[in-house]
Amino acid sequence: MQTPEGHTTTLFAEEALQLDGGASLSPVEVGYTTYGALNADASNAVFICHALTGDQFVASNHPITGKSGWWVRTVGPGKLIDTDKYFVVCSNVLGSCLGTTGPRSVNPATGKPWGLEFPVITIRDMVRVQAALLDRLGVEKLFMVIGGSMGGMQVLEWLTTYPERLHSAVAIATAARHTAQNIAFHEVGRQAVMADPNWKEGQYYGAAPNPDKGLAVARMTAHITYLSEDALTKKFGRNLQARDTVSFGFDADFQVESYLRHQGSTFVDRFDANSYLYITRAMDYLDISSRYSGRLADAFKAAAHVRCCIISFSSDWLYPTIENKTVAHAMNAAGVPVSFAEIESPHGHDAFLLESPEMDAMIGGFVGAAAKALGTSEATS
Amino acid sequence: MSNALRADLKLIANLIEPGSRVLDVGCDDGALLDYLVTERQVDGRGLELGQAGVNSCVAKGLFVIQGDADNDLAEYPDDSFDYVVLSKTLQAVHRPREVLLNLLRIGKRAVVTIPNFGQWRVRFSLFQSGRMPVTKSLNRTWYNTSNIHFCTILDLFDLIEAEGITVKEFVPHTKDGRRLNVSKTRANWVADQGLFLLER
Repeated sequence: MQTPEGHTTTLFAEEALQLDGGASLSPVEVGYTTYGALNADASNAVFICHALTGDQFVASNHPITGKSGWWVRTVGPGKLIDTDKYFVVCSNVLGSCLGTTGPRSVNPATGKPWGLEFPVITIRDMVRVQAALLDRLGVEKLFMVIGGSMGGMQVLEWLTTYPERLHSAVAIATAARHTAQNIAFHEVGRQAVMADPNWKEGQYYGAAPNPDKGLAVARMTAHITYLSEDALTKKFGRNLQARDTVSFGFDADFQVESYLRHQGSTFVDRFDANSYLYITRAMDYLDISSRYSGRLADAFKAAAHVRCCIISFSSDWLYPTIENKTVAHAMNAAGVPVSFAEIESPHGHDAFLLESPEMDAMIGGFVGAAAKALGTSEATS
Repeated sequence: MSNALRADLKLIANLIEPGSRVLDVGCDDGALLDYLVTERQVDGRGLELGQAGVNSCVAKGLFVIQGDADNDLAEYPDDSFDYVVLSKTLQAVHRPREVLLNLLRIGKRAVVTIPNFGQWRVRFSLFQSGRMPVTKSLNRTWYNTSNIHFCTILDLFDLIEAEGITVKEFVPHTKDGRRLNVSKTRANWVADQGLFLLER
């Protein structure tokens, strides 16, 4: 049985993980959760890739905040990703701070937390750890890999790196590269962390106070990018927070200020500031086509057997439709069987986590058809 | 399943060789593609604007990209399909000539059907009323119709000729999919729709 803290396992103990940046890591601890049971021929595994500040608690309560899982709407018994049918695995990404090795972990060479000595990682490095975890769990081939936002980036790297291990793939509200604007917002967040005097060049672990102020500002900035202007206006407008008039001061007069401050202050309880630096850097470094002489289609040539589904949201300006559609067209040009749709939604980037009947209909149809195709191909082979 | 296929779509299906690669532009709920995939073993892909159509296709196990002929065909590589189908859509695009050329760049062959604006009822309606025809198959008024580039069968023949495109087959038919064995001039009077199998 899974404890409330999920599982942890040690990978790359004998053979080190070779990173894109040239460094290597050994060993690598991985925190993960599983739901449902692996069937006899190990053909029902679904791997869920989480977003930047997400975690492995996809359908169970968060061990620190106590809040319900971030995709409990989608994953569970009888749900879109039905844990009565599928063996669902989700792991904390490399570089994060909830059971998987990251900058807060102890560097075996020094006996102290890594801090900024931790090697810079990439999205593909995260995927390499996920593949090793699945080896450990006895899953050779995934029925499906699925994820939104940075999770979608991992899905795309699964397709470039381990296509032979996939039957189907769903990438939601994502991109195959970070644009100048994406990098710019991340840089503001990182500078906010580094400007906090408590950050201390990343060596704040132990007795020292954490760079909470800086991390909270980073989160506030990022949170704006997850919502549409329309959503902010509808939710807050110019409404005042528990007062009748403005204070002619710098209190959180407006509801939107109060909301963002709350988002920032609760975030620091569950996230490590250095992890935030490393994971945002990994996303900034993503540019899949650069490994293929600028031809994104070439990245997916080895995945022509994988059933793919790409979804964007009309009001998402962080990873807008054009970025997602570019991926779909590249896959199409590579002969990958791919479906794509832009779902109408007012919620901005965060729409992938929220109620969306059209998205559910598309994913539901895709999962059903993928299961049917797997049945057919097994019967005839 | 084959019985359920609409007669006009059956006419299209009959022109497509089994086992080929087919792109259906404006594939709607995927009825034609599904038939081609299951009954003719084609490797089929769709392009469809409406979310309901996309979801319907995906649930059938088809692969479809949400988009339209004007904006998305340019993204498809040369020679990526044996056939590209454009059924009753040419009159609704912004740049019909560019779309037609794109069809034959992407596919070795194109299957195009158009509603025939030269059909006698349409001509009579314009002649008699002096207003843009509204008929059963052209059932919207001029200001809210999505059909912005109407043409007749002879108009399309002119464009095809001007672009040096070969007509492999021409199948004029009624709106319920009954084939008419008449010349193109006669078809321009009597056919509700014209079906063209085109080649570069």
